[in-house]
Amino acid sequence: MSIHLIRDLENLHRDILSMCANVEEMIHIAVQGFLQPRPELNTELLERDNDIDRMDVKIEEDCLKILALHQPVAIDLRRITTVMKIAGELERVADLAVNIAERACSLLSIDSMNVPEKLQEMAKSSLEMLHQSIDSYVELDSQLAQRVIKEDSVIDEMNRGIINDLTVLMQTNSEHIEAGLHLFSSSRHIERIADHATNIAEDVVYLVEGEIIRHRLKLESHTEA
Amino acid sequence: MNLHSQNSPNPESNESQESKQPISQDESAAPHNPVMADHSQMEPNQNETKRSLVSGSNMNRSKPSDDNAPTMIDVRDVNFYYGDVQALFNVSLSVPEKSVMALIGPSGCGKSTFLRTLNRMNDIIEGTRVEGTIKLDDQDIYDPSIDVVALRSRVGMVFQKSTPFPKSIFDNIAFGPRIAGTTSKAKLTEIVERSLHQAALWDEVKDRLNDSAMALSGGQQQRLCIARTLATNPEVILMDEPASALDPASTARIEDLIFELRKQYTIVIVTHNMQQAARVSQYTSFFYQGRLIEVGQTQELFTNPSEKQTEDYITGRFG
Repeated sequence: MSIHLIRDLENLHRDILSMCANVEEMIHIAVQGFLQPRPELNTELLERDNDIDRMDVKIEEDCLKILALHQPVAIDLRRITTVMKIAGELERVADLAVNIAERACSLLSIDSMNVPEKLQEMAKSSLEMLHQSIDSYVELDSQLAQRVIKEDSVIDEMNRGIINDLTVLMQTNSEHIEAGLHLFSSSRHIERIADHATNIAEDVVYLVEGEIIRHRLKLESHTEA
Repeated sequence: MNLHSQNSPNPESNESQESKQPISQDESAAPHNPVMADHSQMEPNQNETKRSLVSGSNMNRSKPSDDNAPTMIDVRDVNFYYGDVQALFNVSLSVPEKSVMALIGPSGCGKSTFLRTLNRMNDIIEGTRVEGTIKLDDQDIYDPSIDVVALRSRVGMVFQKSTPFPKSIFDNIAFGPRIAGTTSKAKLTEIVERSLHQAALWDEVKDRLNDSAMALSGGQQQRLCIARTLATNPEVILMDEPASALDPASTARIEDLIFELRKQYTIVIVTHNMQQAARVSQYTSFFYQGRLIEVGQTQELFTNPSEKQTEDYITGRFG
């Protein structure tokens, strides 16, 4: 194997791990700020989001360079395509961190509603999913990735429950509408974190097993119907 | 039909071309370089042998796909010897009809030896011996009643180094049909034109068919050799690194030609160029130290090979 390819793969691995660590930290800060708001949160995360965007572009450029120059096959090819996809997912998670921080800042000025406990639990579960999906990539653990994928339906169910509760609350008392809408958006953002964690996990399965399992459940249930 | 191998004017020339001397070192299956595995730290944490595609070492017959494509060449339990040295070990492989199968593997792994068993080119090397069966369209080609010369018109061969005869372009192509008994000028002209069209060479040489073939460029000479093979209406074309001596543009033309020819012919190609194997073939077989390690659909083998050895080779970790 050429030393140039080895070097390029090692650099890529280092960059994607750095991106993983940064995005995980951002989302933790955003969710923490959501639960314990502070005014400067928005600015801080916006700046970090710009860094993440730059990392995403750099990683994609490096992947394309490796594909063009080295024409990798098998595990190396799957690794390059997986890194490109994971970088894209992480970039969107970073955007979600900014969105959550914006909701948190908006809620600062509204006193009418506390963050529901269910939402706090969902946030904790989503963050855990993201953490495990990144772990599954680092450890190349497809069984861990499969467990993350199974968790997504639990988060979806929690999100539906929260939306129902918020809807009832807003219908009951119009003073809750503004806060309710911010919490509604926040719940959806947090549910999207779990979706991106699921996508990362599916990419890890592809990397390790060589099988694309994306959309499989949906396609299978469509066929059965 | 009294016809010799496609790329030689006569048996004597053919023998001198092939040489009765033992095949050069890089063609011999022994001695072998030790596996120089360089396992990356980024290897997946999984069983080393994944789901097993058909593999000649474990099964009596290896078919690279599960579909019902007819088999053109069926190799079963083949062992091959250069004197006391065994070069192929229990190889079983099926080549589907009208497809391109690439044979890959490090130098000395036996892929060229295997290729030559398919039209008995190894017969001209003294001291060689074959065990097992090789069937062409369900006919055992090592049966004593087989006319080897006729076999080689059905299973043509193109070599790494172009081998045009020192004759005109026309006579190069017409040589095989003439030996087979075609004497009509009109018929020969038709065959020559058809073959040159099929080999994508007609437009470049149509106005100079009487010129010497030796005046053609390297890429043109190789296409001439392919046309010469096609002139005898083969069913199978064997190619031993046909583009390795050519520049990128000529290589691309040969690859385009192979892509077109597979619609009509079964092609087996030996190549050291992994990307070429990936580009031109539907099926790929990986040989190592005289054994068939893995065979499968090219797309699958190059994205998700079943065997760790295959993966290590195609990713450049050894070989």
